[in-house]
Amino acid sequence: MKKSNWLLLVLALVLSMFLAACSGGGDEEGADEGSGNEGSESEQQEGEQGASGEQVLNLAESAEIPTMDSSMATDTIAFQWLGSTKDGLYRLDEEAQAEPGIAKDHEVSEDGTTYTFNLREDATWSNGDPVTANDFVYAWQRAVDPDQGSEYGPYMMSGVIQNAEAIAAGEMDVSELGVTAVDDYTLEVQLEQATPYFESLTAFGTFLPLNQEFVEEQGDSYAQEADTLLSNGPFKFESWDHGEGWTVVKNEDYWDAENVQLEQINVNVVKDIATGVNLYNSGEIDRTALSSEFVDEYRSSEEFQIKDEPTLFYIKMNQEDEVLSNVNARKAIQHAIDKQSMTDVILNNGSKPSTGHMPEGFVTHPETGEGFREMNGDLITSDLEKAKEHWSTAKEELGMEEVELEYLGGDTETAQKIDAYIKDQLEQLEGLTVNVTSVPFEVRLERDTNMNYQLQNSGWGPDYIDPNTFLNMWLTDGGNNHTGYSSEEYDSLINEANTDLAQEPEARWENFLEAEKLLMDDAVLAPLYQRSVAQLQKPYVNGVYVNPMGADYTYKYAYIEKE
Amino acid sequence: MVRYISERLVYMLITLLLIATMTFFLMKLLPGTPLSAADKLSEEQQAIVLEKYGLNDPLPVQYFNYIAGLFQGDLGLSFQFDNREVTTILLERMGPSMTLGAQSLILGTIIGMLLGLIAAIYHNGVVDYGSTLIAVIGKSIPSFVFAGILQFYLGVQWGLFPVALWEGWEYTVLPTIALAIFPIAIAARYMRTEMLEVLGSDFITTARAKGVNRFGVVFKHGLRNAMIPLVTIIGPLAVSLMTGTLVIENIFSVPGIGEQFVKSINTNDYPIIMGTTLFFSFLFILIILIIDLLYGLIDPRIRLTEGD
Repeated sequence: MKKSNWLLLVLALVLSMFLAACSGGGDEEGADEGSGNEGSESEQQEGEQGASGEQVLNLAESAEIPTMDSSMATDTIAFQWLGSTKDGLYRLDEEAQAEPGIAKDHEVSEDGTTYTFNLREDATWSNGDPVTANDFVYAWQRAVDPDQGSEYGPYMMSGVIQNAEAIAAGEMDVSELGVTAVDDYTLEVQLEQATPYFESLTAFGTFLPLNQEFVEEQGDSYAQEADTLLSNGPFKFESWDHGEGWTVVKNEDYWDAENVQLEQINVNVVKDIATGVNLYNSGEIDRTALSSEFVDEYRSSEEFQIKDEPTLFYIKMNQEDEVLSNVNARKAIQHAIDKQSMTDVILNNGSKPSTGHMPEGFVTHPETGEGFREMNGDLITSDLEKAKEHWSTAKEELGMEEVELEYLGGDTETAQKIDAYIKDQLEQLEGLTVNVTSVPFEVRLERDTNMNYQLQNSGWGPDYIDPNTFLNMWLTDGGNNHTGYSSEEYDSLINEANTDLAQEPEARWENFLEAEKLLMDDAVLAPLYQRSVAQLQKPYVNGVYVNPMGADYTYKYAYIEKE
Repeated sequence: MVRYISERLVYMLITLLLIATMTFFLMKLLPGTPLSAADKLSEEQQAIVLEKYGLNDPLPVQYFNYIAGLFQGDLGLSFQFDNREVTTILLERMGPSMTLGAQSLILGTIIGMLLGLIAAIYHNGVVDYGSTLIAVIGKSIPSFVFAGILQFYLGVQWGLFPVALWEGWEYTVLPTIALAIFPIAIAARYMRTEMLEVLGSDFITTARAKGVNRFGVVFKHGLRNAMIPLVTIIGPLAVSLMTGTLVIENIFSVPGIGEQFVKSINTNDYPIIMGTTLFFSFLFILIILIIDLLYGLIDPRIRLTEGD
């Protein structure tokens, strides 16, 4: 009896092991499959671009893929892997210009509202079906269908594709969407108005085609696993172990397969930056992001890179607030912060001070190719003397000596450091007290929507390659304005650019230049910095293009060059 | 015994229902929506999407829908992982967390108990001070510090074990050791204190006087009596270890549930919040039941009889 009791005790103690073993088994199997692929791949020597050695790229992503359903995708990781495994009408090339994807070319009607795309006839899905015009019609209709519950569908298509807004609001049937398959290989798109950036928009994830038959056959399980999704792009999914990582391999049936050199990309989910650096140093991954504390250690390394992003951070100022309704008070805030020290010391990752509301290296003049930022120059520089002048004028106009402002900031470590610095800088203005409130993103969003804030640290990244993506949000009825800013002059500049001048790129460009100047002069926001990411990348990785929107990287032309 | 267990199971269900109710309403107090692009959509557009998920319904309606689903074994669909079933996600993520939890619990308690035992036997000797020191260090230094050290030396520098990731048994070694530090410290401390007390009791002296050798006394009479308090704390420890830890999972890139739970709260992924909370609660209640039953096995004086 005694002995059996002890046995029971031991059994009970390891009861937990049963559970663990049961559910753990599946993972291990998956892992075995994954590691079996390594090394055994054929070593193709394609020579032409110096590709040599095993064409396998090992990467880490900071989170798992939330969804591979292009109608539902909203985040960079989803767009990254959609972009790597699927081709839309167009793709973005090295210079972020549209290059042919499924579309060979297209014609635009004289008024700029009808696009006719001629599709290539040699493109197929990974199940062998041809990619046809109907795949686009189906995908776009699905994205705006209220029953689908897509967020990016209505966001990207409203006001661009004819009737998208009304359909998304449930006021019209999806069949009314301005997209029709004239025949299998001709797609006609009706736009609400001429949209000069439409071509680059078709490279975006939400506009990718879907194989209707396959999607409907899979139903709710569509794009949930590696075997319930289809590819028509340079790579296709081989395995997808959700929290762990995934593997894509070259899609031999891709229409442009001859230009794809990588055989395989292995991706692991690595959330901790220090872990990423350790994995990089032990040769497990070929690229890793660095946080500011690692930058000094690796700055002199040849593998160190700064990846510029077109994402801007700035202080939003609520003009419905008594103090901030005063333009001089806002101007004082614009100029009071030493942005160079902020990017050099606190961020220390290559981020640059921002001096307007258009990132550097994002858009260029349609004729001369000169950058927007270069043309408009540094509109808001750090200038404490100027700030103090504006501040004393403001105090006089307001009849106040002591001013207290609440500053809404983020709750991440970096955000808190930045916010403490900004508080310190702003309080150089005599009589100003800044109280920082650190809140989670969701809370900030809610208070932004309700305009329940005074100062707020905010950020914006582009959704398409056009100045409009940064400037139209400050329209009086702009969905993300939430500052109380309303200027007839500004509204007419932007609206004119998108209507009368839509077909005149140069005049349109002038409007945007004017609008940005006005935006800064009206002190709607105080620019802070343009974000960059510091990273390490192995020297044998070549031909990876960085994109300003959608998928962060293009791997189609990437290759490995090992001794 | 059967009656006792079935009674406990009924209480378990009631407890779970209460937890579900409280979590549901507390969770709805979280600011924001489960939408991931809420900053880009107008309020009207948001409302249309929320309508699709039944999130515009009055709270009581949402609550009853959820509970009704729960009784049919339906935990709902995740928001952040677009339409994936919560059950699938939980099963996927529990595996690694429970493997690590169980391994570190077993490793930790065995080593801890041994340390505590030795310390008690060689009371006030060098061994005692040494094991006490280990216990104090283990208790006071957070596990992520150990994790970082283990990863850097055993992984990067000496290449003994994989640095991170989750691709086979050898990948569990470092996170298991990192997680085991805490149970080692706890078990060692409890074991030492209890053992000292037990070893000082009269019946031990009697046994010794009867000529039972030193180790016989310790293992046969001492250990069993010293186990009761240990078993009490192992229960909650087991739950906290097996439900995953955000920090260790992040450092070793383990696809576990701990990280997922935190993320679901940050993204207002209601079904995942509910699913994980309920699962954790279930595990906790279950382990408490097991512990209660274990007491009887270890110490017949607290054994439950029919009709208790």
